[in-house]
Amino acid sequence: MARWEPLGMSVTPVLDLRGIEKSYGSVKVLHDVCFTAYPGEVTALVGDNGAGKTTLVKCIGGIHPHDRGEYRFEGRPARVGNPRDAAALGIEIVHQDLALCENLDIVQNLFLGRERRRGLTLDEAAMEALAAETLSGLSVRTMGSVRQRISNLSGGQRQTVAIARAVLWDSRLVVLDEPAAALGVAQTQQVLELVRRLADRGLAVVLISHNMNDVFAVSDRIAALYLGRMVAQVRTADVTHRQVVELITSGTGGGLGLRR
Amino acid sequence: MSTDIPEGKEAAVRLADSDFAIDRRDHDARSAIADYWGRVRSGELGALPAILGLVSLVVLFTALRPDTFLSKGNIANLFTQALPITILAMGLVFVLLLGEIDLSAGVASGVSAAVMAKLIADSGQPWYVAVITAVAIGIVIGTGIGWLVAVVRIPSFVVTLALFLGLQGLTLRLIGDGGTVPVRDDVIVALANKNMPVWAGWTLAGICAAGYAAVQLARWRRQRSRELVARPIELVVAQSATVAVVLLAGTYLLSLDRAPSPFVTLAGIPWGVPLVGVLLIACTFVLARTPYGRHVYAVGGNAEAARRAGINVTRIRVSVFMIASGFAAISGIVAASRLNSVTPDSGGGNTLLYAVGAAVIGGTSLFGGRGKARDAVFGGLVIAIIENGLGLLGTKAYLNFLITGAVLLLAASIDALARRRRSAAGR
Repeated sequence: MARWEPLGMSVTPVLDLRGIEKSYGSVKVLHDVCFTAYPGEVTALVGDNGAGKTTLVKCIGGIHPHDRGEYRFEGRPARVGNPRDAAALGIEIVHQDLALCENLDIVQNLFLGRERRRGLTLDEAAMEALAAETLSGLSVRTMGSVRQRISNLSGGQRQTVAIARAVLWDSRLVVLDEPAAALGVAQTQQVLELVRRLADRGLAVVLISHNMNDVFAVSDRIAALYLGRMVAQVRTADVTHRQVVELITSGTGGGLGLRR
Repeated sequence: MSTDIPEGKEAAVRLADSDFAIDRRDHDARSAIADYWGRVRSGELGALPAILGLVSLVVLFTALRPDTFLSKGNIANLFTQALPITILAMGLVFVLLLGEIDLSAGVASGVSAAVMAKLIADSGQPWYVAVITAVAIGIVIGTGIGWLVAVVRIPSFVVTLALFLGLQGLTLRLIGDGGTVPVRDDVIVALANKNMPVWAGWTLAGICAAGYAAVQLARWRRQRSRELVARPIELVVAQSATVAVVLLAGTYLLSLDRAPSPFVTLAGIPWGVPLVGVLLIACTFVLARTPYGRHVYAVGGNAEAARRAGINVTRIRVSVFMIASGFAAISGIVAASRLNSVTPDSGGGNTLLYAVGAAVIGGTSLFGGRGKARDAVFGGLVIAIIENGLGLLGTKAYLNFLITGAVLLLAASIDALARRRRSAAGR
């Protein structure tokens, strides 16, 4: 697999978070978190349950805006106060439950809420053509099948549709929340391929996963959260499987992470 | 614990291709029919149960009452009998598409009809003022229901059950206990009692058949030229031909002289039928071709997904109740025309259950997300045939209730079983 060439500091990260703090009431969930995502790279966000992964994603997507800290998007400071702000910047989040309408077909789901119109009516032809183009651009060859209902698709195919919807809108950053959590071996492989292709197209991809095999198979960088702190953000090639597991479970490992 | 995607890559890509290429083959008529059969077996029944029901009921009642059921007069009667049920059911399809229910649609039609009749009879207003006011009252009722359901978040079942009782009181107050308001306005009475001239009926049927074929062919050509998913041409032609045959055959039957005496002629399509036709075309267009219709299906399929996609779910919810009650008002007017009067129990009793039954028999799911405007027409005809046929058989009232109730349950069971079948088939 073609790995992204080593990046110098000259490349502007798509997303650059510094000193992010977030509390729910009196409970502080994120402490001084720094996080960067580069174009053309898959950044894996790992951490145990309750480490703050979901909270960080909600801050990125504007669902629960952060309390304190610096949020820079493509080098410029950005204010993301709600999901619409995030969408306007080009941030798409694929949630674990996918949010697809099973009674509609692939094209209808891809364009849901943002339908192409021709006068009063829907421009079905344009939408279908663009959907087929997007899916084949992701190397998902679907000629003739974009009119299938979601209810007839497998879990992996549904995940693909959800991801395709995220990239259809000229997005810059795609966040995938455990895309392979409910999938079998072959379908997981299929989705990981797709994740890699997104990055190869120049998007910044953030992948949340519990599965170390998936993380090492597809990511360029690994960011590890431990009890609400970012304990390490390293290149995948520089760490071992064991080190990452230690970072997740104890926040320190192999010279990385929290100082004890 | 190795990172072995590079080795497995080819296999994964192949797998992705094969997995997504299920219906990649070129469609011809045979594979399309095989696909259709596959869909039916996996629970996508569409209009099939309604059409089977129509055919078997016609056969049944013809066998039991050979000289009266298929008489010319009774066929015309069947159509006018189906009109109010069909219109009411068509509005309810919108509500059912969201998985909601409107139990008050029947009595809303009664209130609207009472207002219309009073305006004409007591205030001497022209028919169009009365009709517009009646429909406006229907829409106001629907807005109220929609607000209570979508904003206050009371289950639609409870809201409309309350209105089912309350609105009956309103009709009673308007008309008076045991009273009747006669409907004598020529235009209103003509809806269900007068017929189009025979030539006009033929012209209209011809235009509709040709128009349907033209729309289908134009769509097929557009899809073909842009290399999109298209049905085989044989199927498009066959479908257009079937619609043309049904339209022209119906026109022929209704154009026969059905007057009981040889000295007068009574022929032509009842005026209410083209009214249903217009409503059917409008609803089909809105549901299938506009963003609004798409959003109705989306909210019915997965409201949370629709909300995240930026659809204003509250507005969609309110709007479907407005449509249902507006259609209920039209249905009430047609029913008043058919009976030449409005009584305090207009739209009460089993009116609503007939309409819900019609929509469900036609193929609209009670669970939301599935259904079409045409379901109301198929289902309305089925219900009208049952009502009409049982009347001809002279069955006792208690038996009528039992049979109609059983048919409703049967339709709901088919819906529920088809849904189970679908979720079992979804891999």
